[in-house]
Amino acid sequence: MAEVEETLKRIQSHKGVIGTMVVNAEGIPIRTTLDNSTTVQYAGLLHQLTMKAKSTVRDIDPQNDLTFLRIRSKKHEIMVAPDKEYLLIVIQNPCE
Amino acid sequence: MATRALPGPLCPAGGEGVAALATGGAPSAEGPGRPGPLKDETLGVASVPSQWRGVQGIRGETKSCQTASIATAEASAQARQHVDAQVQTEAPEPPSVQPLSHHDAPRLAAFLRRVEAMVIRELNKNWQSHAFDGFEVNWTEHQQTVSCLHTLGYPPAQGQGLHVTSVSWNSTGSVVACAYGRLDDGDWSTLRSYVCAWNLDRRGLHPRQPSAVVEVPSAVTCLAFHPTQPAHVAGGLYSGEVLVWDMSRPEDPLLCRTGLSDDTHTDPVYQVVWLPEPRHGHRFQVLSVAPDGKVLLWQAGGAGRLQLAEGFALATQQLPRSTKLKKPSRGETEVGATAVSFSSFDPSLFVLGTEGGFPLKCSRAAEEAALTRMPSSVPLRAPAQFTFSPHGGPVYSVSCSPFHRNLFLSAGTDGHVHLYSMLQAQPLASLQLSHKYLFAVRWSPVRPLVFAAASGEGEVLLFDLHRSSQKPTVSIKQTQDGSPVYCLEFNHQQTQLLAAGDAKGTVKVWQLSTEFTAQGPRETEDLDRLAAEVAT
Repeated sequence: MAEVEETLKRIQSHKGVIGTMVVNAEGIPIRTTLDNSTTVQYAGLLHQLTMKAKSTVRDIDPQNDLTFLRIRSKKHEIMVAPDKEYLLIVIQNPCE
Repeated sequence: MATRALPGPLCPAGGEGVAALATGGAPSAEGPGRPGPLKDETLGVASVPSQWRGVQGIRGETKSCQTASIATAEASAQARQHVDAQVQTEAPEPPSVQPLSHHDAPRLAAFLRRVEAMVIRELNKNWQSHAFDGFEVNWTEHQQTVSCLHTLGYPPAQGQGLHVTSVSWNSTGSVVACAYGRLDDGDWSTLRSYVCAWNLDRRGLHPRQPSAVVEVPSAVTCLAFHPTQPAHVAGGLYSGEVLVWDMSRPEDPLLCRTGLSDDTHTDPVYQVVWLPEPRHGHRFQVLSVAPDGKVLLWQAGGAGRLQLAEGFALATQQLPRSTKLKKPSRGETEVGATAVSFSSFDPSLFVLGTEGGFPLKCSRAAEEAALTRMPSSVPLRAPAQFTFSPHGGPVYSVSCSPFHRNLFLSAGTDGHVHLYSMLQAQPLASLQLSHKYLFAVRWSPVRPLVFAAASGEGEVLLFDLHRSSQKPTVSIKQTQDGSPVYCLEFNHQQTQLLAAGDAKGTVKVWQLSTEFTAQGPRETEDLDRLAAEVAT
């Protein structure tokens, strides 16, 4: 348990990080550093997008797989680290 | 029949045959061909009674005739059973963050171990990367220039030489309304005035034929659409009255009015604002300000009346003396309020523009009673908390920033726009935008660093503090002959639209270029910096 919290704290303390969350395979948030409604919105939408990205990569080449997803927006950069059971989502401000 | 024997002697010219007949028998002895002497002969009257009546007799029969009586029957039917059913959907409960069961903890830890190194590496890389600097994506068509979409006007009002004193967008952003009145003559005019509304999204928009017109007996000086009801609009009159109209009912638009009582303003109403009622978020009250020094909050009472709910009065004696204002002589002098703007962050905080040229920071929560002899049905309170350093003339417009809790703008007759922080009396910046008056200033609802001002020289000035803090980024000529622009308002729904009204009685709807509608990266931070760095 402590190890999970420690790791999340390490990521959260990085420069420019606004929020960190862990989402399970159903798209339900398990750990978050953001408020409830924002978390639920991010988790639901990014879970869908990650599944779509994963199937896209697999459809193009069945031997290939999605390893990481980065979304660059005007205000943020959203990073998703996927796995078969969980997603780690980190939202970061772009560099100064 | 009785005359049958008469003809012979009566008709001497009748012929000899007749006479011969008459004398037929006895005289024949005298020989034929010798007529006897004429003599009168009297014959007995023979009467023949008519037998007609007797034969016929009198036969009479009595008969009668009547229409059959009208048969009526009454029957009634009523279904006396009814059924009520109620259906209610419950708001879906969003899935909340699930606490992790102990069972999953090791697997989660293992997952995090796996991805942590990669995420940290990417975070570092991203923080140092400049790959996307200056990269702009154009998802929408770029609007290069500011262009005039519509030129609206109501010919009867323009014919009377009325000015557009106020414009307002409704809650859906598709209807623009304007108030007609006059600002330049200080007379109690009896001119009829109008409130006109155009629905810009309606097909077949006629720029000289408003979709709704309300006739008003006195000049309308200000206007504000209801924040949620798309057809309700509040207006203030030159006479000091405040009215609420429903523009969707053209035959009877008036919803409620204050009437002229002791409570109403004794000077023209300069601005009206809708405010949510405390504890009833969906009900709204109307706040009005006037140069008689009163700020009044009205709520709809029964029978189409607006009743005074709260009131504030400004007295010179009660102003916080933070700047070198002239000491008042004696007695209570009211301070004329000309404009109001509510903070987007604190619903009880508002800024008033005054005729003395100094903006006032005020609070609705103020308890102190106002020093005033003006009659009122509710106790008037003194709202002023802080006095900012003054303009060179009366302030006509104030606007609180929608993006920063401490920043607000004011504009006045000295042609300057002041950018103030709530925390200090001196303005953070003072920009001279006009050699004449400035009548209105408004922050953009979407760009934290953009504001617009309406000048007495007939221009709409758009200012981007990101580009330049000295001169306007774009200045649009609204009127050809340089007659003043009195009011302007951003559309909060269709944020590329800006409406401005002028002394010619026309309302122009401007389409802003993309640079004024698309927020750049880190603009809010720049605004924070602006507020912070000048303050220190």
